[in-house]
Amino acid sequence: MRVLSFLLQKEFKQIFRNPTLLRMILAIPVIQLAILPLAADFEIKNINVVVVDHDHSTYSRDLVNKITASGYFVLVDYNNSMDKGFGYLESDVADVVLEIPPGFERNLVRENHEQLFLAINAINGTKANVGGGYLASVISSFNEEIRLEWFQKGMPAKSTVIEAQAINWFNPLLNYQFFMVPGILVVLVTMVGAYMCALNIVKEKEVGTIEQINVTPIRKHHFILGKLIPFWVIGIFVFTLGLFLVARLIYGIVPVGSLALLYGYLALYLVAVLGIGLLVSTYSQTQQQAMSLAFFLMMIFLLMSGLFTSVESMPPWARVIAQFNPVTYFIEVVRMIIMKGSGFQHVTRHFLIMAGFAAVFNTWAIINYRKHT
Amino acid sequence: MRQLFTFIKKEFKHVFRDQKTLLLLFGLPIVQIILFGFALTNEIKDASLVVVDYSKDEATQKIIEKFRTNSSFKLEESILGTKEIEEAFKEGKVKMALIFPADFENDLIHENRASIQLIADATDPNTATTLVNHANTIIRDFRQELATGRPDHSIAIDTRNIYNPELKGTTNFVPGVMALVLLLICVLMTSVSIVKEKESGTMEILLVSPFNPFMVIIAKAVPYLLLSIVNLSVILFLSVYLLDMPINGSIALLFAVSILLIMTALSLGLLISNSTDSQQAAMLISLMGMLLPTMMFTGFLFPLENMPWPLQLVANVVPSKWYYIIVKDVMIKGLGFSAIWKETLILTGMTAFLLFVSIKKFKIRLS
Repeated sequence: MRVLSFLLQKEFKQIFRNPTLLRMILAIPVIQLAILPLAADFEIKNINVVVVDHDHSTYSRDLVNKITASGYFVLVDYNNSMDKGFGYLESDVADVVLEIPPGFERNLVRENHEQLFLAINAINGTKANVGGGYLASVISSFNEEIRLEWFQKGMPAKSTVIEAQAINWFNPLLNYQFFMVPGILVVLVTMVGAYMCALNIVKEKEVGTIEQINVTPIRKHHFILGKLIPFWVIGIFVFTLGLFLVARLIYGIVPVGSLALLYGYLALYLVAVLGIGLLVSTYSQTQQQAMSLAFFLMMIFLLMSGLFTSVESMPPWARVIAQFNPVTYFIEVVRMIIMKGSGFQHVTRHFLIMAGFAAVFNTWAIINYRKHT
Repeated sequence: MRQLFTFIKKEFKHVFRDQKTLLLLFGLPIVQIILFGFALTNEIKDASLVVVDYSKDEATQKIIEKFRTNSSFKLEESILGTKEIEEAFKEGKVKMALIFPADFENDLIHENRASIQLIADATDPNTATTLVNHANTIIRDFRQELATGRPDHSIAIDTRNIYNPELKGTTNFVPGVMALVLLLICVLMTSVSIVKEKESGTMEILLVSPFNPFMVIIAKAVPYLLLSIVNLSVILFLSVYLLDMPINGSIALLFAVSILLIMTALSLGLLISNSTDSQQAAMLISLMGMLLPTMMFTGFLFPLENMPWPLQLVANVVPSKWYYIIVKDVMIKGLGFSAIWKETLILTGMTAFLLFVSIKKFKIRLS
């Protein structure tokens, strides 16, 4: 125990001796957490639309008014040349081009049927889908109005109504930041923990000081604990800064669930993540190698975690990979506890899995560590 | 010239000696392109849905059947009571609940009016809104089936999805991955190159030798430039043959602008390397400081036009944003140089500026 406390003193001194590094460890996550959630908004709005109107009738003008009044669309141009319309699509000025054919009103009245042409820039498939869907629903409600107008001239309108009342639980105002802030916080804490821990140990290898320690009577587990504990503390500190300073003060996010449960999971999670850092360090001889390996893993962890895209939508093989990603579980747990107030009984499975990760990564790292020294 | 050549040869040897790093450098784009291409999608599929049916009649059965066959939803078989829904939500098992009140069909037939309650887990607002929209469409379809006869005065819509008729996610993600991988790898690798020599003391040897500092910088960058070109080729090869992506524009133009982006990234990396005094600091800036912002400000994950204007300004200084636009224009839209000259000019300006500052900083160190 005495040896460990000396080692810890040394490690903390080394960390505090480099104020630039320390400031970076704290500032980078806090600044990013403050800014990045504002950039993460997938809601489709302000769709730029160009209307190519060959008809210039009352109906066509009514339709255009209805589109601009819906609030989703910005009318970029209103003309009568489809070439011009395509030009706007090509230069990204417009997302959608709506073409109203000549004789639109006349055909609709006389033949009861008319067709509109919609060209959508679909490079971003999701945006195209949603934007096209909005426009289609505006057109269909315009259609409804016309129909009603004609019905009133003759027969009575007989229609069946099915009301679908939607209620949004846990986030009634549909605030996207409530969803993103906890997720980004998890990623930042993961990076600080795993990355700093790996770099720190490899640096000792590179400089050669690790050999000096190896010839002293310090036991291996003391050395490893001496390396892990400081970053465990830093991880908890960064998480706390993020949760109270940024999430609460800037975004007004107050966890619904128990803080004790949240910190309990964080403590366990950090053990697993530091295990990954330790593991990376045992496979690297230089800081550059550790960095490349950490970058490689971080990319996969990040993309397969459900932070940006949902895990359920991935193909089965990818969902399997996501299940071997510790970040996936912590993001889930953080969102559950903070937003839904889930209790221990709801996240028992997550606790067990994380304990498994912690055991596997650390055992693997320690075995590998012995082999290499 | 001969000196420079010798220098470059030396740097190449350094790079190739570290086989682990090299392996990762080549492995990363491959893994990324496969993950992005196949696994990531913003589409919502198989969202778990529970149904509470208090009516249990033919109409509700028909609607439930429609939900069952829709690919957005995955119907959980268990029929729960309202109280159990909350538990299911808290365990994160369910994304939406559909509740039919008693006498649903009865109301529908006799009063022409019936209601359904949808409860969405709005922890993720996007998923919630999308699912509610999908549900509304399904219910509207059902209602239209109830109405007999062909409706009068109907407007049909002929929709054409330009550039990506099948609405594949890859068309959007591949240009994004190209921007991300090329930029980050180059910055990451070059950012440690000079600071490493500083840290190990070999820099001083270089500084007392009669070499032009400019040459040192070029020699550091050349191996990574070549490596990145190989990476670029691998990415393009995989996109075309594995992901069925088209290259509609000129390949030569695509390579030329890619090399420009690589040079921007190299200059940025050199600048970081010149401004820091430990590898740890350089790595912190280039990995922790750049990974997330680059991802989010390139524009392929979240639309830039949705961001508040100060953040749109921030996005303007992220080189990958401009490169992403260029790749979309050349690769997918098949446009020529006339469409991308503005973005190319911006990247060229960035490169010139970064190189200038970086050399300036380097010279200060000499004195």
